[in-house]
Amino acid sequence: MRSDLVLRVIAKLLIPFVLLFALYVQFHGDFGPGGGFQAGVIIAAAMIFYAIVFGLPAARRMVPDRAVEAMVAAGVLIYAGVGVAGLLLGGNYLDYFVLDRVPAHGQERGIFWVEAGVAVTVSGVMLKIFYMFAGRRSDADDA
Amino acid sequence: MVLLTMMAALTVAIVVQRNLFAVVVLAGIYSFLMATVLVALDAVDVAMTEASVGAGISTVLLLAALFLTRGEEAKPLLRPLLPLVLAMVVGAALVYGTLGLPAFSDPDAPIHVHVVPRYLQEAARETDVPNVVTAVLASYRGYDTLGETTVVFTAGAGVIALLRRARRRDGKDVK
Amino acid sequence: MNFAGHYSYWITVFLMIAGLYVVIARGNLIKKLIGLGIFQTSVYLLYIAPGKLIGGTAPIIASGFGTYSNPLPHVLILTAIVVGVATLALGLAIVVRIHEAYGSIEEDEILDRDLTGQEGR
Repeated sequence: MRSDLVLRVIAKLLIPFVLLFALYVQFHGDFGPGGGFQAGVIIAAAMIFYAIVFGLPAARRMVPDRAVEAMVAAGVLIYAGVGVAGLLLGGNYLDYFVLDRVPAHGQERGIFWVEAGVAVTVSGVMLKIFYMFAGRRSDADDA
Repeated sequence: MVLLTMMAALTVAIVVQRNLFAVVVLAGIYSFLMATVLVALDAVDVAMTEASVGAGISTVLLLAALFLTRGEEAKPLLRPLLPLVLAMVVGAALVYGTLGLPAFSDPDAPIHVHVVPRYLQEAARETDVPNVVTAVLASYRGYDTLGETTVVFTAGAGVIALLRRARRRDGKDVK
Repeated sequence: MNFAGHYSYWITVFLMIAGLYVVIARGNLIKKLIGLGIFQTSVYLLYIAPGKLIGGTAPIIASGFGTYSNPLPHVLILTAIVVGVATLALGLAIVVRIHEAYGSIEEDEILDRDLTGQEGR
């Protein structure tokens, strides 16, 4: 019981900082190492940590199944949507320089949305895979 | 160089070890060593990804699969001679192939003169993003990243399709 | 032939054949997947080691640095790592289903059960 208490307190203290670090990695991917994939994996790791310490039903209440499944698909849609936006504004598919009057700013905007889409999909998929593995009872408990 | 030797020794331990839980933990250590080697090779983006994905997500998934399959020990090997000989032959052929590769840190190697100088010089001006890896990944080679995101999505969809189980009402599950 | 220069290549080849040996010589399915992972990491090393320039730095443009390590292999390997974990997740899901269908994750036991199941029909 004592070690359980230590885990819960530390988890409640650490998880917000882990999520903040994930956001930092996501948005500073332009200026340092980082980007969408790393940020998505760190977000999923924070949620998996929460699920391990507090149990799977509590994690399912915090991030419901439907939200995770929506995240899985939404990220790819955001990425493809940026490409279509390039088409609609006059360039080729996935052209970024048409997204703004100054081409370099258009590139920045395109890269921002693309990395956001990647992070959403990666974190959703990693979390959903963990939910699927952890929610499936082993055969010994089925009988 | 010391790190690479440690990785080789760790791999031998993974090959020989039969307790699956120990093998999973050793694989996590291997991923961390790989991430350190990558930092020593100036690949900081790749090191962060390898550390988080290899040592984080991979270990969690392997442990979850071990829990679900109740695997404890791998069975002992019966006749390992042919695979060992095959692996040695392949290894010898590969070592012969590496003799023709450029020396370590050669600035005139083809990998450095083909298209990379253009990326390094133009990336900051064209995309306003100092991290060249992010610029190449998201802008110059954006299609590949779209394909990769779709691969991740497909993996998620595949796992959902394989492991989904309908809610049980009467004790029987619908596969 | 420079020994110190080619040491990284030789370690890469050793990791590659170790991973290959685990995949073809071990019967446990989960261990095979781990061997596949070792094989994949050796390929990452094979790509990134030639990109390093001694005296260079990480490929992030900043004032004060002249030489940068090659960013192109970093991009390719970033994709490869994520695809590798996707493959691992799908492989583990299949292993879990195999275990539920056959009761074991050792390759020879599964083959025995499959063959006796087919002959008994």
